[in-house]
Amino acid sequence: MAMTMHVDIVSAEAEIFSGPALMVFAPAVMGEVGIMPRHTPLLTKLKPGEVRVVKPDNEEEYFYVSSGMLEILPQGVTVLSDTALRATDIDEAAALQAKERAEKELADNKDDIDYARAEAELAEAIAKIQTIKNIKKKLGKA
Amino acid sequence: MAVGKEIRNQIRSVKNTQKITRAMEMVAASKMRKAQDRMAASRPYSEKIRNVIAHLAHAHPEYRHSYMKDRDVKRVGFIIVSTDRGLCGGLNANMFRRTLRNLREWNEQGAGIDLCTIGSKGYSFFRRLGSNVVAHTSHLGDAPRVEDLIGTVKVMLEAFDEGKIDRLYVVYNKFVNTMTQDPQTVQLLPIEKDENVELEHHWDYIYEPEAKEVLTDLLTRYIESLVYQAAVENTACEQAARMVAMKAASDNAGDMIDDLALAYNKARQAAITQELSEIVSGAAAV
Repeated sequence: MAMTMHVDIVSAEAEIFSGPALMVFAPAVMGEVGIMPRHTPLLTKLKPGEVRVVKPDNEEEYFYVSSGMLEILPQGVTVLSDTALRATDIDEAAALQAKERAEKELADNKDDIDYARAEAELAEAIAKIQTIKNIKKKLGKA
Repeated sequence: MAVGKEIRNQIRSVKNTQKITRAMEMVAASKMRKAQDRMAASRPYSEKIRNVIAHLAHAHPEYRHSYMKDRDVKRVGFIIVSTDRGLCGGLNANMFRRTLRNLREWNEQGAGIDLCTIGSKGYSFFRRLGSNVVAHTSHLGDAPRVEDLIGTVKVMLEAFDEGKIDRLYVVYNKFVNTMTQDPQTVQLLPIEKDENVELEHHWDYIYEPEAKEVLTDLLTRYIESLVYQAAVENTACEQAARMVAMKAASDNAGDMIDDLALAYNKARQAAITQELSEIVSGAAAV
């Protein structure tokens, strides 16, 4: 029987594939690589493309990765796939958005603070009304 | 019969409330199960990365990425994962109380604090306190996506790169079981080296491109995956806490309905007795 290696394809949100394989093709940043068992240890980035897994029954399975990392060990291959499209400027934009949200909602939050104050005032008013009611009751009885 | 109309109305409104809380309980139960699955599904990724990082740290003892270097703490960053919605018992309140104590300790040591909030409850709470919230994300829904967290995490990582913060923590609720959720504070940066892992072999990877670039990417993803896990775990906690809270509410509504029914029956009986005695005494008078 031909030699196999263990292949894991995982993303942060789910495990995508796990099982033995004869050969794996992956889109590394420096060019596509084909990996067979007992490959020398290698760590590389992936670019968007297709990961092809040749299973022991010679059937092929395809997975699309938008980018990620590839770890190769003699006994197996691990693809750490990104779930989102990653690029420096996209990340930068997302970071900016997060900052803006923190600042923007500060303005909106004024309502929240007002709300809290209104709530406190309401509680006070209710307490006052209750006291007045109690006094009236007493006077009525007396 | 006019007796006990108010009580009847009240019983009806309590019953309606009970219907709602029951429905919410069941919805939370099914969402919790899904959230737990998601929790399990996210584990292999961070485990794999942790292995690679542990290996890297061993293969290059002389090379230390800035994310792995300990430095004097002048300012601390916290990523606080909370829920978007309430009605989940004391889940958020417990965590905030624990966090506040933690923040106060840092303050006493003279360290400044930057916060990054995920979830609107945490945002409004720490805003009201006047804390310095530098980044915020909310409305992640029941299935948070890594995509939605990248931005907020990046703000904190950049702050760390620029030396604005010297340490980064993530605060979230750990899902112990349905009844128990445990607020946790986990250190993200600098990454604590796992001393227990003693690797036997001495070999190194070939890096494509350079080791440093690969390592930076890897560490960023690692931090992101930890924050993602925290978010997913917190959703599971939210649903579990909501389920328990809504179950208690339904039970309380049941008790209240029983009490009201008893009061209603008593009032009805009293009215009947009174009417009877009136008739009897009327007949006796004739």
